[in-house]
Amino acid sequence: MISNRFLLACAAVAAPAASAAQDGVDALIDRAVTPLSDALSAAIFYEIPLPFIDQGIPFIVLWLVFAGLFFTFYFGFINLRALKHAFKLVRGDFTPPEAAGEVTHFQALATALSGTVGLGNIAGVALAVSLGGPGATFWMIVAGLFSMSTKFAECTLGVKYRNEYADGTVSGGPMYYLSKGLAEEWPALAGVGKVLAIVFSVFCIGASAGAGTMFQTNQAFSQLINVTGGAESPLAGYGWLFGLIVAVIVGLVIIGGIKSIARVTEKIVPIMAVVYVSAGFLIIGINIELLPAAFAAIISGAFQPEGIYGGFFGVLIMGFRRAAFSNEAGVGSAAIAHSAVRTDRPVTEGLVALYEPFIDTVVVCTITALVIIITGSLDPTGQIAGVELTSRAFGSVFDWFPLVLLLAVLMFAFSTVISWSYYGLKAFTYLFGEGQRTELIFKAMVLAAVVLGSSINLASVMNFADAMILAMSVPNLIGVYLLTPVVKRELTAYWSDYKAGRLKTYR
Amino acid sequence: MKRFLVGIDGSDCGDRAISVAAAQARAADAELVICYVIAWSPYTFSTPQENAERHRRREEELEAAHSKLLEPRVAGLKASGMAVEGVARHGHPVRTLVKLAEEKDVDVIVIGRSGDTPLKTRMFGGTAAGLVQSAPMPVLVVP
Repeated sequence: MISNRFLLACAAVAAPAASAAQDGVDALIDRAVTPLSDALSAAIFYEIPLPFIDQGIPFIVLWLVFAGLFFTFYFGFINLRALKHAFKLVRGDFTPPEAAGEVTHFQALATALSGTVGLGNIAGVALAVSLGGPGATFWMIVAGLFSMSTKFAECTLGVKYRNEYADGTVSGGPMYYLSKGLAEEWPALAGVGKVLAIVFSVFCIGASAGAGTMFQTNQAFSQLINVTGGAESPLAGYGWLFGLIVAVIVGLVIIGGIKSIARVTEKIVPIMAVVYVSAGFLIIGINIELLPAAFAAIISGAFQPEGIYGGFFGVLIMGFRRAAFSNEAGVGSAAIAHSAVRTDRPVTEGLVALYEPFIDTVVVCTITALVIIITGSLDPTGQIAGVELTSRAFGSVFDWFPLVLLLAVLMFAFSTVISWSYYGLKAFTYLFGEGQRTELIFKAMVLAAVVLGSSINLASVMNFADAMILAMSVPNLIGVYLLTPVVKRELTAYWSDYKAGRLKTYR
Repeated sequence: MKRFLVGIDGSDCGDRAISVAAAQARAADAELVICYVIAWSPYTFSTPQENAERHRRREEELEAAHSKLLEPRVAGLKASGMAVEGVARHGHPVRTLVKLAEEKDVDVIVIGRSGDTPLKTRMFGGTAAGLVQSAPMPVLVVP
């Protein structure tokens, strides 16, 4: 039964892929998508002009950074004051032993992290540093610290308003707090909540297929080509084959339900992350005498940047932008992943989620930036950027590193596809109802996106994907703003219990 | 009244441990606790799909452990007139057994040395060794 269904899905994927390999279809899709893509991108990336300088700040960057600032102040710097307590929660100090076998705080955090840690940390930082200079790192860290508060708010709501079904499964995320939460808290806005939930779900499906799937396989394949010899690579032109292989593996996991593959990846992903971070620390350690100068370059670059990097605001916007793109705070995706945790205090999962932007942006991104700066790999002409720059920086110390980086990129891409296919699925079933048939239709679409992503190069589709993922933050954050009183209530009650020693510890 | 704890893994060796424990318990007029530990760690990585279904699977795992492994064995011993209890728990085998032993204040832990597959032998061989090293009460290892 399962294998039959799986074969059917594979056949459904192979058919469009074979024809898409021809140029005609590329151009056709391009023409169809371009007007839509342009309209959405124009709205999302609309540059709000700033006085006195000739540069604007993209609407979506302002939207996400403002949210981070607002929630940080509204919750009294929860991002800093709760870190120690959140660590104890992750460690399981407050988890009763009867809950053994349920989803722990650690597992929910790890699952959410494997959806966000990826190309953004490796390629995004390199892009920020090559376009904005060392100073961009500073603003990236600042934005990362503020966005922790945004994650706190959305993940608390994700758990609070999740659905728990009779069969013991759960499903949560922005679509549920937008519809259920707003209806409970603001009865007059129940209709608005429903609309926001639908808009969010539509964007989430688009982001799942685009940024979560097509972009991932596309970048993974291009890194494979880079490492195997660039344009002369024997693999060049075989993107469709790469896509088919990946689609079969992804299909085995999400349709065939083969747990072992997912389990292997879920083991390799943290190992890759540890290897990446340790290699970074090692390089910094070897060149420890250069560290003060690197920090000096980051600080002075942040406040008095060299002219080529676009002045103070140019550097600031570049840092903010990469942080927003890398940790997905405010997008709402993490609220879906975190909602499966087993807890009767939703706010605890929000506190645990503080660590997501912290690890993703503050730790991993800073290491990448420091390695690039310390090894002197920064190319002043800006010719080498993205994954290539990171690869060059790490490769200048360990010549075998580009291969490890390739494996890391492949693994991160795979786990991001698995995570995002689930986020998209939840949005899809929210719109069209739960059921085997609906799920299968969506999963077949994901497999098609896997093949399309690596076999065709459509700039318009990629732009569309980028705009879609950030567009999710518009309905999501409107809802989170309206529901902040709920989060505040939960936090106040919990924090006073904690301070008064009314929380039971089990360690 | 004395109390003995026996850890099982569904293998023949686990059953040998039960028969040794039962004979000893009978001689000492002790009651018997049979425990099956479902290997689980709070620090593993899983997909979002697995997390969403985790609570249901946990219930299914406990149900299967009781109906397939514990109840048949408990019923057999009860029929012979012993006081027996079956417990299924998630966790690290050694730590979970030690914790249960402390909770129930047992006098001896009885454990088999090997499992029914090479992998399980490694895991449960490890369990016997781990118990010998960390249990605060005597441990009887059954070959």
